[in-house]
Amino acid sequence: MTRQMTGAKMVVQALKDQGVDTVFGYPGGAVLPIYDEIFQQNDIQHVLVRHEQGAVHAAEGYARSTGKPGVALVTSGPGATNAVTGLTDALMDSIPIIVLTGQVPTFMIGADAFQEADTVGITRPCTKHNWLVKETDKLASTLHEAFHVATSGRPGPVLIDIPKDVQFATGTYTEKKQLKSRYQPKVKGDLDAITELVKAMEKAKRPIFYTGGGVINSGPAASQLLRELVEATGFPITSTLMGLGAYPASGKSWVGMLGMHGLYEANMAMHDCDLMMCIGARFDDRITGRVDAFSPKSKKAHIDIDASSINKVIRVDIPILGDVAHVLEDMLKIWKSRGRVTDREATAKWWKQIDEWKAVKCLTYRNSDKTIKPQYALERLEALTKDKDRYICTEVGQHQMWAAQFLTFEDPNRWMTSGGLGTMGYGFPASIGVQMAHPEALVINVAGEASWLMNMQEMGTAIQYRLPVKQFILNNERLGMVRQWQQLLHGERYSHSWSEALPDFVKLAEAFGGKGIRVSDPNDLDDAIMEMLAYDGPVIFDCLVEKHENCFPMIPSGKPHNEMLLGDASTEGAIQAGGAVMV
Amino acid sequence: MSALKIKKGATSHSAYDLRSTFGDEIERHTLAVLVENEPGVLARVIGLFSGRGYNIESLTVAEVDHEGHRSRITIVTSGTPQVITQIKAQLGRIVSVNEVHDLTVEGPSVERELGLLKVAGKGDARVEALRLADIFRASVVDSTLESFVFEITGTPEKIDAFADLMRPLGLIEIARTGVAALARGAN
Repeated sequence: MTRQMTGAKMVVQALKDQGVDTVFGYPGGAVLPIYDEIFQQNDIQHVLVRHEQGAVHAAEGYARSTGKPGVALVTSGPGATNAVTGLTDALMDSIPIIVLTGQVPTFMIGADAFQEADTVGITRPCTKHNWLVKETDKLASTLHEAFHVATSGRPGPVLIDIPKDVQFATGTYTEKKQLKSRYQPKVKGDLDAITELVKAMEKAKRPIFYTGGGVINSGPAASQLLRELVEATGFPITSTLMGLGAYPASGKSWVGMLGMHGLYEANMAMHDCDLMMCIGARFDDRITGRVDAFSPKSKKAHIDIDASSINKVIRVDIPILGDVAHVLEDMLKIWKSRGRVTDREATAKWWKQIDEWKAVKCLTYRNSDKTIKPQYALERLEALTKDKDRYICTEVGQHQMWAAQFLTFEDPNRWMTSGGLGTMGYGFPASIGVQMAHPEALVINVAGEASWLMNMQEMGTAIQYRLPVKQFILNNERLGMVRQWQQLLHGERYSHSWSEALPDFVKLAEAFGGKGIRVSDPNDLDDAIMEMLAYDGPVIFDCLVEKHENCFPMIPSGKPHNEMLLGDASTEGAIQAGGAVMV
Repeated sequence: MSALKIKKGATSHSAYDLRSTFGDEIERHTLAVLVENEPGVLARVIGLFSGRGYNIESLTVAEVDHEGHRSRITIVTSGTPQVITQIKAQLGRIVSVNEVHDLTVEGPSVERELGLLKVAGKGDARVEALRLADIFRASVVDSTLESFVFEITGTPEKIDAFADLMRPLGLIEIARTGVAALARGAN
């Protein structure tokens, strides 16, 4: 039996059939028919954001905290162009989201009509795939395919541009089960390559697992299998910013995050290992440092579902193309069937070495009883919230790196941060998406005051939907990371890196109808955090911190892993001209 | 320059798999990309090349299967072996791309290009142009008392050579299709 309905109704029907319960959006002329259908149903909740960028980041937060695709609905022209940053962010971090944009009627396309933009043209490089649907009969099948493409293989953002006349016209609805997609990425890894990796594991003297966001994207089974493999082998494991939580921070094999602001022990272990097993990570430049000095003595294996990630930056010896969960399952099976061999003696020695690096205590900072150090603020936040059902978002900058260093994650999907694109303004709308998906949970956005202001309009959304998101702002009245780089690289000329004319955040919170808390004395910090946690509603927590704190440890640009700068180290001449261009 | 360095325009080779994928030498490869014939697919492919800084030496595209909505894009590109591998992987992950074939690696192949050359002249030059066209098996597709348009088919080098000879004889305009290529043999 075929069903006839309008294009607008198809949109809502397809979302329901795909199991969507929440849509983040903003109406406008070219999506009015869809909004009219949304008005006439109760299965899907629409969250009215205050800016389309917020809708896309909220959809990202929803997706990352649930593992389900996020959905955003915006109008044509400016609605679509405002979505571009969020789409690029989701592309870089492989987040499955579906963005629906309205478009001017098909007969007006190309006429520079009001609120017309070449949306599929603009978003082609920042989506995994996109479609302009010109016939209502094809709309439903395109919607179903969009969900399939967004969530299969390496996940990513997709966009469907729907002209207004297509929304009004009546056509035949294609059921979800009728979809036969051409897009079928390979998920099983090559067994010969996996066996080769297992053999390398058996012989490895200084092995390390280097895991990334791909483990989390692969689903809960991947994290479970990773934990099993790490426990069974006893090999050390480090993770990228994107992969935090796949292996628990309390696990005995955990050596912490690696990378530019990663832990000394993690980076040293990466540099000195003899077998590097990269699982769902992509040798990003924040990870590798200087490429030609990256882990020079190791054999490298790379498990990735995207062939273009393999051998892109670092040449690997054992490439395995496949989904992390599938490959880990086979790895475990083969390793077990071959007798669970590891070189226990050598790896014990390796662990001794790692423990020596750990003893450096690279996160040590000089605390103060007069001003709140940002690290201290996060240590207290961690102590007072770690036992709660907690989700953490961040903005981008120093606070983001400190959050990654000082907060701990026991489970996947608990940590939402803009890793690849580094989008200031990501965290607040993302926290709204997370709270919508987990109404009872504690959702905290660790922010800097400058990042937070970039999407502060979403306070309206938080108030309207009674979302008790906690905005934990480490306020140093500076663009902290920019200031740090200017100190290290640009002769301490602090060009436009301070936040002048900041709002009074307490009054700002109150103006929106939320609660504001300001704290500047370290002795008041715990009480203030408890007050934030006790309040059932959105809170802006204005934590006035030390203004000139630098984020350490740090691998200066253009340097290898074993030339990290530790806290209070001499930073004079740490970065040479060659490194200065590397951002 | 190594013995395996492929000269511009060479059609096929067999020993490619033996090479390290991270060499530094620039190679020229001919890729056949089979795509769904849908709006924007060419933009996706070209956008990939410009966005990631890859070279396009020539590009041809046409529908090859009307019923199946399939088009064939033939791209001649150049880069280090690592870049060529990246290009193939990046092309392969475009949703509307069905198949990517590296004709330079996958066995012997034939490459052909069509050129139209307008040559204007009188007297001896005109006679000489006609004589050379005969040698190159170019045909005359348009003629006035003062000009010819020659049609020539062959490898890009053959067309280069013909154009070089025509230049002193009054070549005034040239149009080329870019390379179309197929693997040799029954498969």
